[in-house]
Amino acid sequence: MAVLLDRQTRLCVQGLTGREGTFHAKQAAAYGTTVVGGVTPGKGGTTHEGWPIFNSVHDAVRETGANASVIFVPPPFAADAIMEAADAGIPLVVCITEGIPVVDMLKAFTFMTGRQTRLVGPNCPGVITAGQAKAGIIPGHICTEGRIGIVSKSGTLTYEAIHQLTRVGMGQTTCIGIGGDPLIGTNFIDALRLFAADPDTDAVIMIGEIGGTAEQDAASYIAREFKKPVVGFIAGQTAPPGRRMGHAGAIIAGGQGTAAEKMDALAKAGVHVVESPADMGVKMRTVLGN
Amino acid sequence: MKIHEYQAKSVLARFGVPVPRGEVTFSGAEADVIARRLGTRVVVVKAQIHAGGRGKGGGVKLAKSPDEAERIAKQMIGMTLVTHQTGPEGRHVGRVLIEEGLEIERELYVSMLIDRAAGRPVIIASAAGGMDIEEVAATHPEKILREHIDPATGVVPFQGRKLAFAMGLGPGPAGKMVTLLGAIYRAFIETDASMIEINPLILTKAGDLLALDAKVTFDDNALYRHPDLREFRDLGEEDPLEVEASKFSLNYIRLDGNIGCMVNGAGLAMATMDIIKLAGGEPANFLDVGGGANAEQIKNAFRILMADANVKAVLINIFGGILRCDVLAQGVIAAVKELGVPVPIVIRMEGTNVEEGKKMLRESTLNFTTADSMGEAADRVVALAAAQGPRPRSPKA
Repeated sequence: MAVLLDRQTRLCVQGLTGREGTFHAKQAAAYGTTVVGGVTPGKGGTTHEGWPIFNSVHDAVRETGANASVIFVPPPFAADAIMEAADAGIPLVVCITEGIPVVDMLKAFTFMTGRQTRLVGPNCPGVITAGQAKAGIIPGHICTEGRIGIVSKSGTLTYEAIHQLTRVGMGQTTCIGIGGDPLIGTNFIDALRLFAADPDTDAVIMIGEIGGTAEQDAASYIAREFKKPVVGFIAGQTAPPGRRMGHAGAIIAGGQGTAAEKMDALAKAGVHVVESPADMGVKMRTVLGN
Repeated sequence: MKIHEYQAKSVLARFGVPVPRGEVTFSGAEADVIARRLGTRVVVVKAQIHAGGRGKGGGVKLAKSPDEAERIAKQMIGMTLVTHQTGPEGRHVGRVLIEEGLEIERELYVSMLIDRAAGRPVIIASAAGGMDIEEVAATHPEKILREHIDPATGVVPFQGRKLAFAMGLGPGPAGKMVTLLGAIYRAFIETDASMIEINPLILTKAGDLLALDAKVTFDDNALYRHPDLREFRDLGEEDPLEVEASKFSLNYIRLDGNIGCMVNGAGLAMATMDIIKLAGGEPANFLDVGGGANAEQIKNAFRILMADANVKAVLINIFGGILRCDVLAQGVIAAVKELGVPVPIVIRMEGTNVEEGKKMLRESTLNFTTADSMGEAADRVVALAAAQGPRPRSPKA
């Protein structure tokens, strides 16, 4: 059983005809993902790299049975793309786009209230189920199949975790990039719940960053309910306060959201917190035993 | 993006938030004229910098005559103002706001920001205005009121009344509070603000509410659709290297250390700073070159890094997904050859075509050290930085 997506998932690509969309759709298909078509308003009825292109997500769903969407649409139009997919009833929408205005995401979440769509992201590398399928930009060739789940706010730091696990002989089940924006569709707790319910996932690596309280909230959830081992790393221990460190959500504001308080909360909840980003893989190896 | 108090007041005024009458000036000589125009018995001269704590630092002064206003303004403009928020180096004061003096009955606090956990805008209010709100929150948390806003409705009047009565306002001012909060919300949404803070929001003896001070921060991601607000940017308030970096769309933040970093991805970049510190070194900067680490961007990144005279060694940590390591290596070699980087460079690459990339670096005869893991890379660059003497002048600086 995989978390969120597998080889049977029918993935449509919003923004398929753009440069990023084309490249990553091909990579996803080469990895084994069932990519069924793309959406570019105005290009409906054409084909692109062998895939049918539709004017709307509704059309794509009707014609291809798409049940997941990945969004490679520029920031001014990305929230609209999310809402369109939600309106079409797509159960899983993964938005890669970085730079969406927060107010646009406020509107998107208001729109999605009461609808059945799970949003992952925005500003995330997406989701990959090792050996099966991916929606996003996480490189397939660094993953190996195994039993460790990963949930992370970061992109390349996630690849680092995947790489370290592979190096110590531990493969992955699903890697979920939840993204670095202040408002996101799937948070740590949401991802951990999915891993809790997945019999194929034995343990989880959790990668957080400065800013907000998502890790602290996750710590409460872990202490209360999450029984599988968690290895945690928080990026930004050396970040100065008040500065936005790349990701829109990575900012220590009013003394809150420091790496130290997150590491403390997680450790108190029983998470195996590593100080160094180089230790995620070896720590998991130690925690699970040889 | 941060803006000055006088700019924040002009933005809020557009949405109907009452603000004191006042004018900004870049020259002390105008202060006299402005004070006369305002015509109040007392005017307030306020240094305009992107930091709080100005009052205690001597950046807010009362003037009892237009002459005195001019004297104070002349003394303030050009001064370096140090407050508990500026750091010991302080900020240069280039402009002052001359404002009418007002009869203050009460000082309140109102702000609006996005509550990430709730996924909604939230109003934070307190009867304890005119003070450091973080201190109030720490010592008297019960004095902090919160009201979440449903984006489907905006601020509903009963919410404004609830806050007003909780702050001890009578029915007249409570009605004004309702209007004010609605105006703040509209300003927040329509300007794509990430934070609006009014501290203090004053109740005058005449029963009016006015924003005596105002701080507005805009969402950087939304500036593309606000050309008028972009005009408010004050480059003098930003680090010159960071300004330079932003011209190349490089995400760069200057720090105090001597190990320059170049990384792809914000999380990995922060983690790289962290591991350098853990290895006993001090990062000189945060730099995320993003997915676009082509030859041109790498050259720009090196230029920015080396413009910081403190940098004694450079660590490049790139995990190439789409980005191929041999392409990256090519870009680094070309940049170093063209710019002449006079400090040791440690490169740790991982991902697509990593072996080809490492081979190219080794064969380049340039001063590169390759590392296989982040830990090894950090240890090596810290050792190299420590072994460096004063930095030689780059031949092509």
